[in-house]
Amino acid sequence: MATPQTLESGSRYDLRAGLSPDAPDESLFKDDKEGAFGYCHSYETSSRYDGPGLRVVLFVSGCLLRCTYCHNPDTWHLKDGTYVSAQQVLDRLSSFASATKALGGGLTISGGEAMVQLAFTKRIFAGAKKMGLHTAIETSGFLGDRADASFLSVVDLVLLDIKSSNPDTYRKVTGRDLAPTLRFAERLASIGKPTWVRFTLVPGWTDDPANVEGIAKFVAPMKNVEWVEVQPFHQMGAFKWEALKLEYKCADTPAASPELTKRVIEQFRAAGCRAR
Amino acid sequence: MRPFWGDDYGIACCVSAMRLGKQMQFFGARVNLAKALLYAINGGRDEVSGDQVSPRTPAVTGDFLDYDDVMSKFDETMEWLARTYVHAMNCIHYMHDKYFYERLEMALHDRDILRTMAFGIAGLSVVADSLSAIKYGKLRVTRDETGLIVDYQNEGNKATPQFGNNDDRVDKIASDIVTSFMGKIRKHPTYRNAVHTQSVLTITSNVVYGKATGNTPDGRRKGEPFGPGANPMHGRDSHGWLASCLSVAKLPYKDSQDGISYTVSVAPQKAHMSESQLVEEATKAFDVFFDRGGFHMNLNVIDKETLEDAIKNPDKYPQLTIRVSGYAVNFVRLTPEQQRDVISRTFHGQI
Repeated sequence: MATPQTLESGSRYDLRAGLSPDAPDESLFKDDKEGAFGYCHSYETSSRYDGPGLRVVLFVSGCLLRCTYCHNPDTWHLKDGTYVSAQQVLDRLSSFASATKALGGGLTISGGEAMVQLAFTKRIFAGAKKMGLHTAIETSGFLGDRADASFLSVVDLVLLDIKSSNPDTYRKVTGRDLAPTLRFAERLASIGKPTWVRFTLVPGWTDDPANVEGIAKFVAPMKNVEWVEVQPFHQMGAFKWEALKLEYKCADTPAASPELTKRVIEQFRAAGCRAR
Repeated sequence: MRPFWGDDYGIACCVSAMRLGKQMQFFGARVNLAKALLYAINGGRDEVSGDQVSPRTPAVTGDFLDYDDVMSKFDETMEWLARTYVHAMNCIHYMHDKYFYERLEMALHDRDILRTMAFGIAGLSVVADSLSAIKYGKLRVTRDETGLIVDYQNEGNKATPQFGNNDDRVDKIASDIVTSFMGKIRKHPTYRNAVHTQSVLTITSNVVYGKATGNTPDGRRKGEPFGPGANPMHGRDSHGWLASCLSVAKLPYKDSQDGISYTVSVAPQKAHMSESQLVEEATKAFDVFFDRGGFHMNLNVIDKETLEDAIKNPDKYPQLTIRVSGYAVNFVRLTPEQQRDVISRTFHGQI
């Protein structure tokens, strides 16, 4: 087993690669029940875009999707992250806890895909709840079947990224099936778990009105969905694709314009969603 | 401030709290602590000119810096610096009173006033990060042909703790330096028995002193500006505003009663909030900082693009005002270096 390292000091925007070469492949990974250790990319203490208030965001490593527009392809593999103990993460978190609470924020675990290392994520959420913090998970929902009731009991809010309503588009964009995400969304609706649906608007990939319409119609009846947030695509992650020598299919994709973003937000609103 | 100055105080100068009408200050600028650290390493020789400036002391020998060795040398250099500094201030203010006593101003004060002599330090975050790099990394020194140490290579752990990330390992070093230098200042009597105070404030000396200071062990290059005031070094507070402000809030006001200046630049929030919500959130941010012992925070809400445009087209921005350290300046009147310094500061996406 690898030796736990110190949670990295660099910024969330820095590239990470090969920090834990002996880590297992994320697609085969099953963490132990304890979740005492895990692989992390980085953390941020002041995000306003990942849940209510000012959020501490932990970016964990490992994702099974390979989205063409991903702005953090260095979070795909466990081996690119730093191997750390959950206790160390919680110690770090505790030094921000009272200020974070005062700012109406909480802890958001993002990725990567937070459910690849489910037990690790759960352990950190449970620790955060003990500190009285609001907890949110940012997820594609692809591994939603793994999120059992005890996992969801330590999650106050789900930020669910539905990238497309069309299975073909979803596969083209992510390389995976759409069904598990929709199934997870329906389960969250059935148990009334507060959810913000997020939609990444990528010109030429996800901006087709029919694609947006499909998500809007699917989400509109769900009472647990407090917000639909449209996230305009940007090119800030392009350098990582280059550095990792990956084929970046969105290299020539323009950033989503304010006009396009407005059109899509209006489309969600017209379908009855509370969108922004 | 209340425990130190009571209720009836105001802010004079940049960040100096004073009981109005009952106090005056012998102003004392600030010393370049980063350069003092380099003098300690080089036995009192200047790292740029090679001249012997402070008294000859044993320079660092060997190829690597040792934390305890550097700390003991730095302590000795700070003793010399504090003594020299207090003496210089005594001379200046004695002569100032002799030839230009400020009668008119003093006529507006009580008869028996409290005098403070306000010392100050510049380059605190450079010193803290340098000492942290020495302690947690493995720094190999590079000497020039005269034996002067002019550069440093970290051959150990690269991710050494840096001030501005709410990391006690380095934040404590910064706080200890403030306390230690204040203690050394207090050892020397002052003109008219003024009370010794100290600020962590640079105004624009972080640029000027930076320009005159060689490579530092934290990786800062020769001539590069220091972080302003008590700010973390540009770009090193990489975990967001909250972590940055919590580090600064730890600096001890009891040993820096002339003020601790912290400047924050944020890009305007474009999404999700109305103006009144933004004001409310900014208020909460101030509350969090001050609740945790923070002393002073300049909050500049401005786009980097606007500043860049103002450099190119000063005519368009005659009124553009930003706060630097403790005071407001007209941006288009700053020197090009100072303008670049403002832009290179960490811009937080959000607070």
